Amino acid sequence: MEIAIKEILTEKALNIRKKIIKMLAKAGSGHPGGSLSMVEILVTLYFGEILKYREEDPLWEERDRLILSKGHGVPALYAIWSEIGWIPEHMLWTLRKLNSPLQGHPDRRKLPLLEISSGSLGQGLSVGIGMALAGKMDKRDYRVYVIMGDGEMDEGQVWEGAMFANFHKLNNLTVIVDYNKFQLDGPIREILDFSPLDEKWRSFGWEVFEVDGHSFEELKEVLGRVKDNNFEKPQCIIAHTTKGKGISFMENNNSFHGKAPTKEQAIEALKELGEESPEI
Amino acid sequence: MREFKIGKPTRAAYGETLAEIGEKNKDIVVLDADLSKSTHTYIFAQKFPERFFNFGIAEANMVGAAAGLARCGKIPFCSSFACFMVNKAYEQIRISVAGSGLNVKFVASHGGISVGEDGFTQQSVEDIALMCTFPDFTVVAPADEVYTRWLIKEIAEREGPFYVRTQRPKAPIIYENKNRFEWGKYIKLETGEDVAIFSYGLTVSECLKAHNLLKEKGIKASVYDAPFIKPIDKETILDIAKKIGKIVIVEEHLKDGGLGSRITSFLSEHYPIPVKIIAIENTYAESGKPEELFDKYGLSYRKIYESVINFIKTNTL
Ligand SMILES: Cc1ncc(C[n+]2csc(CCOP(=O)(O)OP(=O)(O)O)c2C)c(N)n1
Ligand SMILES: [Mg+2]
Repeated sequence: MEIAIKEILTEKALNIRKKIIKMLAKAGSGHPGGSLSMVEILVTLYFGEILKYREEDPLWEERDRLILSKGHGVPALYAIWSEIGWIPEHMLWTLRKLNSPLQGHPDRRKLPLLEISSGSLGQGLSVGIGMALAGKMDKRDYRVYVIMGDGEMDEGQVWEGAMFANFHKLNNLTVIVDYNKFQLDGPIREILDFSPLDEKWRSFGWEVFEVDGHSFEELKEVLGRVKDNNFEKPQCIIAHTTKGKGISFMENNNSFHGKAPTKEQAIEALKELGEESPEI
Repeated sequence: MREFKIGKPTRAAYGETLAEIGEKNKDIVVLDADLSKSTHTYIFAQKFPERFFNFGIAEANMVGAAAGLARCGKIPFCSSFACFMVNKAYEQIRISVAGSGLNVKFVASHGGISVGEDGFTQQSVEDIALMCTFPDFTVVAPADEVYTRWLIKEIAEREGPFYVRTQRPKAPIIYENKNRFEWGKYIKLETGEDVAIFSYGLTVSECLKAHNLLKEKGIKASVYDAPFIKPIDKETILDIAKKIGKIVIVEEHLKDGGLGSRITSFLSEHYPIPVKIIAIENTYAESGKPEELFDKYGLSYRKIYESVINFIKTNTL
């Protein structure tokens, strides 16, 4: 990967993490762990020349569709959109507040930029299937990306969708699993161990890739391949990530699954991210 | 006793109409969950295989995909038995469709207990209550094939989410000489000033028969077909409440959350009068012939007649 691109992506990821921390600290609630673990995934999609979109026309009909099935991670998406300019920065600080378009979980009725409302885990893949079918029917060449959590794999609906997408050869559909090894109540291997995950998707007929979900090189390589190659089948990218990535005291600390940092913790976090005199 | 010409089941009228309107409207797509032979979406499937998707026995996935299709400008019609589509995919309807503001048409078959011999697991006595909980949804239950054909054409043209409850048995024809209806309005089928009876679906013809028995007893009953359960036809209800002062609602559904409870909550705020709701109370039904079930659960014309007589007795000074 070119150094210049890598620097841009690294810089973006840093900004996104700062925004996530500030948003959640100001909101006083939310999900830092699963927002932070998918930052590189989203940054690569949006700023690594993967997703097809128009800055000046976010609902452009030919856009690639991105569905955040793990809706609780939405602060990361809001932060990305503020970097693009689709959301004014000051709006970020209204997250989870009364009358804000930035609801705690994605609400398309309040924020029409969203492809769909989400927050009840397990539903996004099916919605993506509908969009992929529509794309095929209309002979449009957009792709549909669905970001899911690893805990989300527990939901039966996911496997209804996996079976259907393979049978219908929805090769314009890509699932990205944020495999951070934790769900709400604890480590995946203690709550409901579904390993080996790759074999599950493969046995459902999907093209499966495994990558380091924090490596821009690996993400860009695999997403680029998925975008350019004409696979016959839908693809599942299992991205190995670290929950709470980027903040030392949040990494692999599942108490930050659904708890916002206090003001003091947020200031410490922002210092770690390189801000000299952070304010909340 | 009053005779009706027996028409097609409302589900069959749905399937035929869908295949007809699919010709002109290329945005219509149809989704089913391995019940297309029963819901009659198979007719559309044969005609437009490229716009029909069978999800297998996976209702949640079907509803989610309907949302995705709607988000891309399609007009999805989603069908299964009422019990499976509504109960299994309730949460997918909530988040992916209602909570996302999307234009999906849910048309279920096998509403009510007239499913018959299959028993309670295949019957649906709560679908209407559940579907009425979704903001912005319109909930309609047609009585016969004529109304169904008109209704399906209307909802295909109208933006927004709908729930239509069709039923299994052949339906007596209520509208022999009519094929145009007013959107959202109840339809007066009999006029009488002693009591007014409202119903929807297959029990409408039972109410009409009950009307005749009542007439023999000197009781003059108005009978209305009330297909719109959400929103109710407030104007007609209020007008009748003022003019007649006694209302009976008959429905093949749980008493909780059905048309009766919607009408009574409206009337108690605006014009309290005596109301009798004849519906299924705090139970599921069972196997049996539809006629037998109607009788056992109070929905046959004889039982309706008896209930109305009692209601009038207790509410006449
Ligand atoms: C259907 C449903 N059940 C429960 C929850 C509550 N919940 C929110 S996040 C979460 C754990 C999600 O784990 P995972 O998918 O691994 O997400 P991540 O680790 O990325 O936060 C749960 C159970 C939910 N949102 N949806
Ligand atoms: Mg996880």
